[in-house]
Amino acid sequence: MRNKKRWNRRTRVLFYTVFMVALLSAAYLAGLLIPEDAVASDFMNAKLPPSFEHPFGTDSLGRDLFLRTLKGLSVSITVGISASFISAVIAVLVGVAAAVGSKRLDGVICWIIDLFMGIPHTVLVLLISFALGRGLKGLLVGIAVTHWTSLARVVRGEVLQLRSCQFVAVSRRLGKSSGWILRNHLLPHLLPQFFVGLILMFPHAILHEASISFLGYGLSPEQPAIGIILSESMKYLSAGLWWPAVFPGLTLVLMVLLIDKLGDNLKRILDPYSAQE
Amino acid sequence: MSLEAKDISFRYERKQPWIFKDLSLSVKPGERLCIFAPSGYGKTTLGLLLAGYLAPEKGEILLSGKPLPKKGICPVQMIHQHPERAINPHWKLKKVLQESGEIEEETLRAFGIEEAWLDRFPRELSGGELQRFCVARALLSGAQFLVCDEISTMLDVITQAQIWELLLSEGEKRNMGIVVITHNRHLAKRVCTRQLDLTENGL
Repeated sequence: MRNKKRWNRRTRVLFYTVFMVALLSAAYLAGLLIPEDAVASDFMNAKLPPSFEHPFGTDSLGRDLFLRTLKGLSVSITVGISASFISAVIAVLVGVAAAVGSKRLDGVICWIIDLFMGIPHTVLVLLISFALGRGLKGLLVGIAVTHWTSLARVVRGEVLQLRSCQFVAVSRRLGKSSGWILRNHLLPHLLPQFFVGLILMFPHAILHEASISFLGYGLSPEQPAIGIILSESMKYLSAGLWWPAVFPGLTLVLMVLLIDKLGDNLKRILDPYSAQE
Repeated sequence: MSLEAKDISFRYERKQPWIFKDLSLSVKPGERLCIFAPSGYGKTTLGLLLAGYLAPEKGEILLSGKPLPKKGICPVQMIHQHPERAINPHWKLKKVLQESGEIEEETLRAFGIEEAWLDRFPRELSGGELQRFCVARALLSGAQFLVCDEISTMLDVITQAQIWELLLSEGEKRNMGIVVITHNRHLAKRVCTRQLDLTENGL
């Protein structure tokens, strides 16, 4: 009886997860498939409030905001995935190095982590993005090199704890090399941390992308990023054009919440104490 | 061909009191030496030293006159007190056994390990069943000496009897030297050929 109940919860979580992944990929693909003409300027239809023809209304240049928002989301997803993936890889490498390396290396790495954590992300991303000439590249690098710290700390702690485990000591006396132990004992333990950390970093990355673009230091104005749309909408907000700010903003919040929930679900699925069967 | 501790002294940190000073002992193949002491006398530490987990600060651990090999499978294997800590909780038990060598049908049968258990995860087996895996793993590695650190303390009496019976018969078949660490005098009397009481060494 108990068994059956647990199965149900896991199936439900799994179902949600698949549903969310499908929704996100749909948003991503839709953004890619929308042709440029669909979001071309059309001054005859400028500043139209939401209607059946234009669900989110149109902006000051007459571009359809619904299609622009979708396109923006797919840019955001690209930036989010690549930046958080790079970040998570850095985190695992640095975390393992800190835990396995000498005490001195550990000290240096911990100091760097503290340093990075001490500086507000937005300021650092802004500086890096600006130094690398703005645009997609600057933004990606900026987000990737600032977001690895907390995951690196988790990984370091995890590896330190694993290394003191009895089964690792036994493995060593059974003649296994450090590389073998890393591959077979340590990395499988780190895999759930890696994926959950990656997914939970995703919303951060997207929000930073949007905020930096909003401030004008990220993507260039002709790219349909959410941050750009929001920043343009500010100019017309006082003129009573509420829809260019509300709908893209809501969509962004919705997507971020969705991904955050996805991360939580994944944590539940991958957690060793509920994941084994 | 014997396992020897030669005048070993050990402490965990400098400035901390010695746990052993100039302790010597030796075990021959086929012999079962019992190390007996109450809690806190360093029985487990002595086991860790003998199996090469720790290195003594002074003195040497010798196997047939040579120091224990640093690389490769150690010919002295230790079986720990808590099997659930000595097994990776993420591994199926088949992999646990394969870590030390090819699985031999014969050993599995001797230890009453069922085929079906091999495809399970450690948390799905009881402590006694896991301890059998730990003993089997130590034997599959081809060890010549075993250090058994309180391996049956947390098991019920029937499982204790089963494990010891298996261990003694396998040990005799392979002519292994076994160091038994326990604080149970009756068990010591029953399974061992010789006893060493750490409390009588003036430590």
